[in-house]
Amino acid sequence: MSINIAAIGYLVAAVFFILALRGLSSPATSRAGNRYGMAGMTIAIVITLLALPHAGIGTYLLIVLGIAIGGAAGFVIARRIEMTAMPQLVAAFHSLVGLAAVFVAAGAFLNPADFGITNLDGSIKGLSLVEMGLGTIIGAITFSGSVIAFGKLQAKLPPGAEALVPGFLKPAVAAAMSSRPIMLPARHAINIAIGLVILLLLVAVTATESGTAFVLMTLLAFAIGVLLIIPIGGADMPVVVSMLNSYSGWAAAGIGFTLQNPMLIVTGALVGSSGAILSYIMCRAMNRSFFSVILGGFGETAAAAADTGDKTVKSGSAEDAAFIMENAQKVIIVPGYGMAVAQAQHSVRELYDTLTKKGVEVRFAIHPVAGRMPGHMNVLLAEANIPYDVVFEMEEINNEFGQADVAYVIGANDITNPAAKTDTSSPIYGMPVLDVDRAKAVFFVKRSMAAGYAGIDNPLFYMDRTMMLFGDAKKMTEEIVRSVEG
Amino acid sequence: MEAIDPGIFNLIIFVLAIFVGYYVVWSVTPALHTPLMSVTNAISSVIIVGALIATGAGGAAAVFGFLAVVLASVNIFGGFAVTERMLAMFKKRG
Repeated sequence: MSINIAAIGYLVAAVFFILALRGLSSPATSRAGNRYGMAGMTIAIVITLLALPHAGIGTYLLIVLGIAIGGAAGFVIARRIEMTAMPQLVAAFHSLVGLAAVFVAAGAFLNPADFGITNLDGSIKGLSLVEMGLGTIIGAITFSGSVIAFGKLQAKLPPGAEALVPGFLKPAVAAAMSSRPIMLPARHAINIAIGLVILLLLVAVTATESGTAFVLMTLLAFAIGVLLIIPIGGADMPVVVSMLNSYSGWAAAGIGFTLQNPMLIVTGALVGSSGAILSYIMCRAMNRSFFSVILGGFGETAAAAADTGDKTVKSGSAEDAAFIMENAQKVIIVPGYGMAVAQAQHSVRELYDTLTKKGVEVRFAIHPVAGRMPGHMNVLLAEANIPYDVVFEMEEINNEFGQADVAYVIGANDITNPAAKTDTSSPIYGMPVLDVDRAKAVFFVKRSMAAGYAGIDNPLFYMDRTMMLFGDAKKMTEEIVRSVEG
Repeated sequence: MEAIDPGIFNLIIFVLAIFVGYYVVWSVTPALHTPLMSVTNAISSVIIVGALIATGAGGAAAVFGFLAVVLASVNIFGGFAVTERMLAMFKKRG
């Protein structure tokens, strides 16, 4: 196949990828968008296979085998994964793209002639080495960073995998998988030093084509990926996952420059900007700068400052909550990460059904950083068959809390904290929050009085109109449903 | 006039594609941000193109190429399938 025909095919694939993203502008067109994505990928793979310069039947069999192994594994994982585990899954998938980028760069480094990146004397073109090096570094950071992010989201190893970890590594693995930030002393200095060495090695690779320098550079990039993510706490994961999404795109673009392949460049740019926009949206929703999130350690210092005076809270039972809810006209449900942890989305759906049947208007309010990744809550509610037209984003619904009879907060804390609006000394001051405090009654499902992620007290708990419902989110919601029905 | 270097062409494509991405992604509804991540993840596995070339090159490059084909395939099939699964759940009232 001529290289120009192949390039036209890549153009078609790239357009399909743009249409895939475009489809996500509304749930109605989203599935068509996903099909465009699949079509684009199929075209890209077929064109590349047809254009392979001197591949024999053995090569094609090897490729089919590789696609079959990987494809089967991917398909099974995609079918079995719990929706609550979606953040971990996305992090795991990011790590694979990163590692694939490293492998492709290694292949190009070892066999540059087949990639068409050699000078006449057989050495690799200088610019190609820089592009390849950058692709490798970003790919390696994406890989190891995503592995750590996966660990923090998963929180603990499945029993089978835990047995495989050698004893002396167990404490390190447990610490890395904890959602608590790990703060190494002088971590910024360490990171900057490693970053500089990586850059020096990149220069060495470009100047000398040294394989040793290439390997060292890759290993250090893996190391810095780990060091960058360990100081970041669990609830900042929406930013981290978005950022790694972005990195996986830039890694693909870097490889695209190496291969002189416009489709990889276009796709990498699309994915890179997508992840960057999501990171921006997440940071804005926390009123924090990207750098403050990435530098990590949030929540560690604030915890000490938490005010624990002897204020009284009013606690109630499921029956009390049920009585008020079924006599309400309008109930707004605010889900948070706790709903995901308790797997309570299906009980929430029952509550929605029961109250709707009684003529109560039920709506859902989603804060952009509720959960552990962008859109996490929306997927869980959709999984539980809650129609998406009763689910609203913060800006759409915030002025409706004033007319709501009940705000039912389930497993969310900081995103409802009115201190963010009024208390200039609060670490989350300025963060946009859901105006739950304006509802006529607030029900807060919570396991205990422990503070939220940011380690700060929530004045909402002590309001006269607030009733605390202590217990598991799922059990409590089920009990309320039973009381309303009974 | 002398011809433009292909590297510059690639840079032009890259910058324009970032702008396309910027405007397309801002139009994505926030409710679908999780499927957005899983689908961008699937399409970034188009890096399989490089993996196929490496496998076709033979020798030591083919070993890395094959491994990259496997990893990217996990992502392609897994990413599109899980996106499909999620999108199928989003339903309207009634």
